[in-house]
Amino acid sequence: MPLAALLIQRLALSVLLMLAVSVVIFLGIEALPGDFAQTYLGQSATPQAVANIRQELGLDQPAVTRYFGWLGGVVQGDFGNSWASGSSVSRQIGLRLGNTLFLAFWAALVSVPLAISLGMLAVHYRGRWPDRLINVVSLGAISLPEFFVGYILILFVAVQGNWVTFPSTVYDGMSFGQRLEAIVLPCATLVLVVLAHMMRMTRAAILNVMSSPYVETAELKGLDTLRIIARHAAPNAVAPIITVVALNLAYLVVGVVVVEVVFVYPGMGQYMVDAVTVRDLPVVQACGLIFAAVYILLNMSADILAILANPRLRHPR
Amino acid sequence: MRWRAVPISAWVGMAGLALAIFCALFAPWIAPFGEREVVGDIWLPMGGDYLLGTDNLGRDLLSRLIYGAQTTISVALAATVLAFCMGVFLSFTAAVVGGWTDQGLSRVNDLMMSIPTLIFALIVLAVLPQELWILVAVIAVLESTRVFRLGRAVALDITVMEFVEAARLRGEGRQWIIFREILPNALSPLLAEFGLRFAFAVLFLSTLSFLGLGIQPPEADWGGIVKDNKDGIIFGIPAALIPGAAIAGLAICVNLVVDWLLNRTSSLKGGRGDG
Repeated sequence: MPLAALLIQRLALSVLLMLAVSVVIFLGIEALPGDFAQTYLGQSATPQAVANIRQELGLDQPAVTRYFGWLGGVVQGDFGNSWASGSSVSRQIGLRLGNTLFLAFWAALVSVPLAISLGMLAVHYRGRWPDRLINVVSLGAISLPEFFVGYILILFVAVQGNWVTFPSTVYDGMSFGQRLEAIVLPCATLVLVVLAHMMRMTRAAILNVMSSPYVETAELKGLDTLRIIARHAAPNAVAPIITVVALNLAYLVVGVVVVEVVFVYPGMGQYMVDAVTVRDLPVVQACGLIFAAVYILLNMSADILAILANPRLRHPR
Repeated sequence: MRWRAVPISAWVGMAGLALAIFCALFAPWIAPFGEREVVGDIWLPMGGDYLLGTDNLGRDLLSRLIYGAQTTISVALAATVLAFCMGVFLSFTAAVVGGWTDQGLSRVNDLMMSIPTLIFALIVLAVLPQELWILVAVIAVLESTRVFRLGRAVALDITVMEFVEAARLRGEGRQWIIFREILPNALSPLLAEFGLRFAFAVLFLSTLSFLGLGIQPPEADWGGIVKDNKDGIIFGIPAALIPGAAIAGLAICVNLVVDWLLNRTSSLKGGRGDG
């Protein structure tokens, strides 16, 4: 299959997946038991009051009608109004999405090069103490919950060390430098959380390539290590490493939720968790859809980049 | 199996697991105070009568931690067992039956996995009532998608073996093939996966509780204790870090044991341990 057709196929699949996800997020939720109006009014609600609220929110219409209404709005960037506050969801998201992406961007910028170089270091010293040290430390780091890392940093760096401020609030009118200073700790937490995983996967991917017959041939031919890595190992390790990076960036998107709550950072994650506690469905659905979209987009880019980097993938068996 | 061949890291892991399970099983007998008993001032420092100090309401932190072990481990274990029952059964059925059943189950699984776990849980928990069995079910369903993927891959490799074909030609039913032919041969990768999934369930449950969407107070669970005590951090009180360390410790212990199991099974097959 020609490359363009293959790429278009991937794109179409992702769009289809997004539509399916939107159905799950909207209609799947409707199928579950639970009623906002009832929860909102509490135990003492009269049937009339419940009916009024349901009508006000448009809940008395059939689910399919509401789904298409919702989807139509979403395509135009309108996520409806929050049930709890009555304000526009899109406005809030517009304010917060940038903050979240800002945080995730810097975390990625630090963690990706660090993880890949550490992974290469581990391969270079395979079986010797630097490799073992990296292995043991990263095995431990994988098991750390985000909030644990976050609070350790807050306690020792912000409270006892007093080097940075907590909570990490950002607001309009902050300069770029001030913003960067505010996100130092949440960014460090995210880096620590994804670093170990990304590094272990990078190490495994490179080791996998290094143990293949053609690298052995190159070794036996008498080529020096640098040349083997640059000419033979690296081009073949690019695809798995890209996959590793994209998968971990997708993980970063989720890690952001907890980290934002820990650091009281005004982003999407905080917004979504707050909405879940008060069962504010339009907000939850909008945030869920955006998080899922970013996740699918990253996975799709991993797929496409892997196809571009490895011609063998263009001819599925 | 030779005991001397077991590496130190695996022993450390097993010791940690044993300690946690012991605390969980005998919580009412070892905990110095009651789970909800207010024993003193809030956030008393460590030492003295209260080994780990007191929490945000003046309850003994050590006692809450021990009772928390009970809740956290039992809920995570229940969710993992349920996830495995669902995941293994469905994935083996998909692999054995093939065709449209396989297509249908796999595509639904792909769809479930295309939404990040935590986000999926948040969306679902926004609607469902806050009850324990619902929490267990939600974690189990989300975990089972990962079990399904591994189970299907493992089972597909086994279904093409001669002995499965022989069983089919013998006229054995589907249940027999799944439980008597495939399951025994898939146990070792599934066992390692069980450990990993359990560690993940502990982390996941703790995260949900930390966000206030998991186990509801006054019941103690490790994530919830972190949430209760997080405001103390600003005043330099480390009470929230102790349950956090417990969660991390448990997950690390499980990982150490699983790491050894994986190395052991891969070396049995003659593969490289570190590949």
